[in-house]
Amino acid sequence: MAVLLLAEVNDGELALDATAKAVTAAKSLGDVTALCVGATAAAAAEAAAKIDGVAKVLCAEDASLGHRLAEATAALIVSLAGDYEHIVAPATTDAKNILPRVAALLDVMVLTDVSGVVDGSTFERPIYAGNAIQTVKSADATKVISFRTSTFDAAGSQDAAPVENISATDNPGLSEWVEDKVAESDRPELTSAGVVVSGGRGIGSEENFAMIEKLADKLGAAVGASRAAVDSGFAPNDWQVGQTGKVVAPDLYIAVGISGAIQHLAGMKDSKVIVAINKDEEAPIFQVADFGLVADLFDAVPELTEKL
Amino acid sequence: MKVLVPVKRVIDYNVKVRVKADGSGVDLANVKMSMNPFDEIAVEEAIRLKEAGKADEIIAVSIGVKQSQETLRTALAMGTDRAILVIAADDVHTDIEPLAVAKILAKIVEEEQPGLVLCGKQAIDNDMNATGQMVSALLGWSQATFASKLEIDGDHANVTREVDGGLQTIKVKMPAIVTVDLRLNEPRYASLPNIMKAKKKPMDEKTAADYGVDCAPRLEVVKTSEPAERAAGIKVGSVDELVAKLKEVGAV
Repeated sequence: MAVLLLAEVNDGELALDATAKAVTAAKSLGDVTALCVGATAAAAAEAAAKIDGVAKVLCAEDASLGHRLAEATAALIVSLAGDYEHIVAPATTDAKNILPRVAALLDVMVLTDVSGVVDGSTFERPIYAGNAIQTVKSADATKVISFRTSTFDAAGSQDAAPVENISATDNPGLSEWVEDKVAESDRPELTSAGVVVSGGRGIGSEENFAMIEKLADKLGAAVGASRAAVDSGFAPNDWQVGQTGKVVAPDLYIAVGISGAIQHLAGMKDSKVIVAINKDEEAPIFQVADFGLVADLFDAVPELTEKL
Repeated sequence: MKVLVPVKRVIDYNVKVRVKADGSGVDLANVKMSMNPFDEIAVEEAIRLKEAGKADEIIAVSIGVKQSQETLRTALAMGTDRAILVIAADDVHTDIEPLAVAKILAKIVEEEQPGLVLCGKQAIDNDMNATGQMVSALLGWSQATFASKLEIDGDHANVTREVDGGLQTIKVKMPAIVTVDLRLNEPRYASLPNIMKAKKKPMDEKTAADYGVDCAPRLEVVKTSEPAERAAGIKVGSVDELVAKLKEVGAV
């Protein structure tokens, strides 16, 4: 059975880690054809061809497919759908935008944020902010699935698979791009970083977040934040770790001034080693932390930054 | 312009979720239920559009069990003008899938002809994040998901979206579906006088069959289980001890 995998392409560049993780999840379902779309996508297609498990790459370059707009990309996927039993993607904001539209156009349900593959029609996915895991069996002919990247390892590399160029479908012309405000950063991407340092409401202000960033830079880490910190305006929303933000599973997660609300824990509890620094020894974060330090973060974080 | 706002009755976000012992689902009997938090943000945005003179009528819709009328009363108390309750299930444990919800909403859109549908980006029970995109697909309308800013300007809207890596602004043709993210606004609380007034606002009662939509699920729930528990670790007494432990396990 064949699988069509929508690769994550941003401004012509392949998001290798997210795509390779989705390939790992998709491989067990059948031969994987990766689809790279964008205003430019050739370089991304070449990179996707080298992900172990990709049998073929389809590359569609057209202005209408640029800038993450859902309508044109969904129309293209639907035009290809007849050849595939599974249409999958890593669960990025782009895929979350596009795949439910594809599913509705095919009159099938979508399976979002899938964390486990049982068989070709049975999948596990977290519900209630990760407080329960549901196993569901799809009765639809085509299964449209986004994979939660934090639960799959990235596929390795291989000799390049063939790349075929295809054309875009007619642009429905429903929406157009105005601008992107991308946070400029030399730090690793939050969902693929090996180390994440996150701050919560306890940090107290946007200025104080510099302390978290300093520790992160010392460790080559990505910076995260709890929803409470984001809601308080201390940190931007794309730093948010949790059910309503990003789900991460790094080798090391350092939670600073984070109490550990259920919704935050859902976004980081699969991390390999968790460190919590909080002055409240009753904070729920300590129940999931491998190493807990009850201390004033304004003393402990600079000291930790210095001693690491 | 009419604005349609779908709202879902879900377990209150402060309630600890318990998986039923037989693995058939999450226990929803006798637990506090509330409006899905993202839908509250959508209701608030619709009311602000009306206050700004950009909308003249707001219709709240809920699809589910009869008890969803409480959620609609909340929407009416916040400031929506009228409500449509679509009864599609008898058991509070029955979750109507986004595809069926989207089909019913598309029929209501055909009847009511709103210029804008404002939805929450996802419901906090099934965490699907799909209904808005599906309604948009079925209607062939433009879609703007995960909105943190919305500006209506005549025949189009400028929407700033929360995407991986930052923010994106797009311009969508009206009519449009916009799904809302956390930072769009802070929803108001309904005042007591408004709660009283809401009791007199009109609420139509329909069934899924009235719209000719089959709500039979496409996904069969095989089982529902508790996530793996993570064992608590140890407390360290100092930063030095923490650094030593991290080195010991090879984490730094």
